[in-house]
Amino acid sequence: MPDKKIQIIATRYDPEKDQQPHAQTYEIPFYDEQMVVLDALNYIKAHVDGTLSYRWSCRMGICGSCGMMVDGVPKLTCNAFVRDYWPKPIVIEPLNNFPIVRDLVIDMEDFMDKLKSVKPWIVRKQELPLGAGEHIQTNEQIDEFRQFSQCINCMLCYAACPVYGLNSEFLGPAATAIARRYNLDSRDQGLKLRQPVIGDSEGIWECSFVGECSVVCPKGVDPAKAIQQSKLDTTMRFVLPYGNRE
Amino acid sequence: MAQESYDVLIIGGGLAGIRAAIAAAEVNPRLKIGMVSKVYPMRSHTVSAEGGAAAALAPDDSYETHAFDTIKGSDYLADQDVVEAFVREAPVEIIQMEHWGCPWSRNADGTIAVRPFGGMSTWRTVFAADKSGFHMLHTVFQTSLKYPQIHRHDEAFVTKLLVEDSKCIGVVAIDMRSGRFEALTAKATILATGGLGRIYAFTTNGNICTGDGMALAYRAGVPLKDMEMVQFHPTGLPFTGILITEAVRGEGGYLVNNEGERFLKRYVPNKMELGPRDIISRAMITEFEEGKGFDGPHGQYMHLDVRHLGEKVIDRKLPFMRELGREFVGIDIVKDPIPVRPVQHYMMGGIDADITGATLMTGLYAAGECANVGMNGANRLGSNSLPECLVFGAAAGRAAAEHASVGQAVGANPVDAMLRDETRRVEGSYLNKSGGDERIGEIREDMQLSMDEGAGVYRTRTALVELVNRLDSFRERFEKVKLYDSSRTFNTELTAALELDFMLDVAATVAASALAREESRGAHARRDFTERDDENFLKHTLAYAAEGAPRLEYRDVRLGRFEPKARSY
Repeated sequence: MPDKKIQIIATRYDPEKDQQPHAQTYEIPFYDEQMVVLDALNYIKAHVDGTLSYRWSCRMGICGSCGMMVDGVPKLTCNAFVRDYWPKPIVIEPLNNFPIVRDLVIDMEDFMDKLKSVKPWIVRKQELPLGAGEHIQTNEQIDEFRQFSQCINCMLCYAACPVYGLNSEFLGPAATAIARRYNLDSRDQGLKLRQPVIGDSEGIWECSFVGECSVVCPKGVDPAKAIQQSKLDTTMRFVLPYGNRE
Repeated sequence: MAQESYDVLIIGGGLAGIRAAIAAAEVNPRLKIGMVSKVYPMRSHTVSAEGGAAAALAPDDSYETHAFDTIKGSDYLADQDVVEAFVREAPVEIIQMEHWGCPWSRNADGTIAVRPFGGMSTWRTVFAADKSGFHMLHTVFQTSLKYPQIHRHDEAFVTKLLVEDSKCIGVVAIDMRSGRFEALTAKATILATGGLGRIYAFTTNGNICTGDGMALAYRAGVPLKDMEMVQFHPTGLPFTGILITEAVRGEGGYLVNNEGERFLKRYVPNKMELGPRDIISRAMITEFEEGKGFDGPHGQYMHLDVRHLGEKVIDRKLPFMRELGREFVGIDIVKDPIPVRPVQHYMMGGIDADITGATLMTGLYAAGECANVGMNGANRLGSNSLPECLVFGAAAGRAAAEHASVGQAVGANPVDAMLRDETRRVEGSYLNKSGGDERIGEIREDMQLSMDEGAGVYRTRTALVELVNRLDSFRERFEKVKLYDSSRTFNTELTAALELDFMLDVAATVAASALAREESRGAHARRDFTERDDENFLKHTLAYAAEGAPRLEYRDVRLGRFEPKARSY
């Protein structure tokens, strides 16, 4: 299919030159049926316009770098296939709800701070010495938190979140899911430490059951569930004593 | 211009780099540790590792067999003292990862499970389903957040090592967000920048694997060791190069040619699908040459068949493979065979470093894929690289911390001038350059295709000489490179140019080292010298930067209790 073409309409914004973002259209060869939107951007960068800026690395849906709005939907561009959009032009924009650094590159420092705030590490009253070997943990116990451990920090859920869009103080889907991942881990004793960060997070009570975050997650994580469970934890804090999990 | 000073500075935020940072923090909690990464650490290429991490943990396993398997796998080019130390530390590191929360897959009794892997004589590969690297990276990264003394510079691109009186005193980096050049000084600097797969066109490696740390060290006068030893993984998806884990075969998958034959019975009859990567990749190429591959739009391929394992095993042990098949190939691996072909995957070669990660330059250490501490020799066994990152990342972190604890702080005076010079070099070569008409992307593609052709699974003198000449011509074209982007803000055209500059350097060391090694050993297979030659080449190649071609020297391999023998499986 040597003659097939695809139009890419990409957001351009250079804070050194531009008052505000604008769209630029490129027409490039649709050179392979397996071509993804990221391949299209790479083609533009290599052969048409070296100034187009975006992040990417693994191109296999695991590093989490290449999330963008594709025709208005948050997607990993490495597995958004051009054939699913062709022959219509594909509109590529930076992820919603984030400040733009440049072109398709968003500022995600806010998430990095939020991630740290939930203490995403195993908290123990007393650490097991290395010589004692591993904690015993069954696959069923891992199943308790497994889905929440699959988060690749791609930010698609924040881009889809109506609450985060209005209130960036909201801890948001991914950070809550990651907190939940540790809270549900049988090796962890940090629930009490994390609870105030989650429960007192501005916005958690505004989170409705819309679940847009879970719909757009490319890894099958259900952050909406994590948020609802965390609300329950917070409510229970006032009515029930904790068991051995602290 | 800005300057920030550290006790220990780590370049790279993957598994080795973060492990080094934590180790340094634990040796001496008062040290100020800097970690520079050109991407957010959780984007590092460790994230793509799938199959698992080898460690003699199982009750019926032993250090001796892990050491022997590794040394035999290396085709006896590994330094045996390094391997012996590695196998003892690997289980400790696996337990440490468990304590930090890594969700290792478990046995029914809740202990850590192991799976079989290529070239390993027993089940010893610990795994987190088939996303082992992803889970390990996120575990160490998230754990590192609890150390306030680890200061990160995310999305900062290192352009040069700062060297004074033959000592490494830090780096110059560009903060990508602001475009600002910064001098980051340190009493000890650790390079943990990963591999160089992007010098090839067909690779499993992510876009960031451009050999930066290797080139930085090389330019500073540190030799690169065994750069001819490039690993080709047998099972990559055609077109994308996405890795299909060896664990697919570990769990019982078959590799089948277009006659429906499990052809490995003619190559590695005792190991079949669990043979080492170098031999299986060669077997596949040989079958392709005999017309026994399936024909596809992106060249010949084999079938990797797991249908007989059943949905339950696949979903429990290989869920990511099912996802990759569905998302990227449009197949369900429960019902369809997976198309695969050999693909560049890993670099055994790297910065010459000792067992503590120390290089020949005072104050400079290296760990992980960018380093060559001598443990992988001519062929790395699958699942040895993740524990290598842990063991030697931790070792380098400790050694650097000890060095820094007694070292002198770096003064500001020479650094100011060095920062000015480096800023001027980068601006003059790229941002403010006039003239030139060569596109980065086009030189890069030509280099990548030439590396595939000239320094692939099989090599010949003719093809390598041609490659050396082509790389010279790409270097000439690179002098005429033109950048279209003059913005200071997140200028990825500038970083792509700097990466290409690095890649051209390391590619030249691969070609020169491969041309000079006139034998076949491990991953280095010469059609014109088909036998291993212990008489002349039981030696490490050391490539030094020099005018024109790299200057090569050799160093004897350190043998131990395992005498070199013919390598058959």
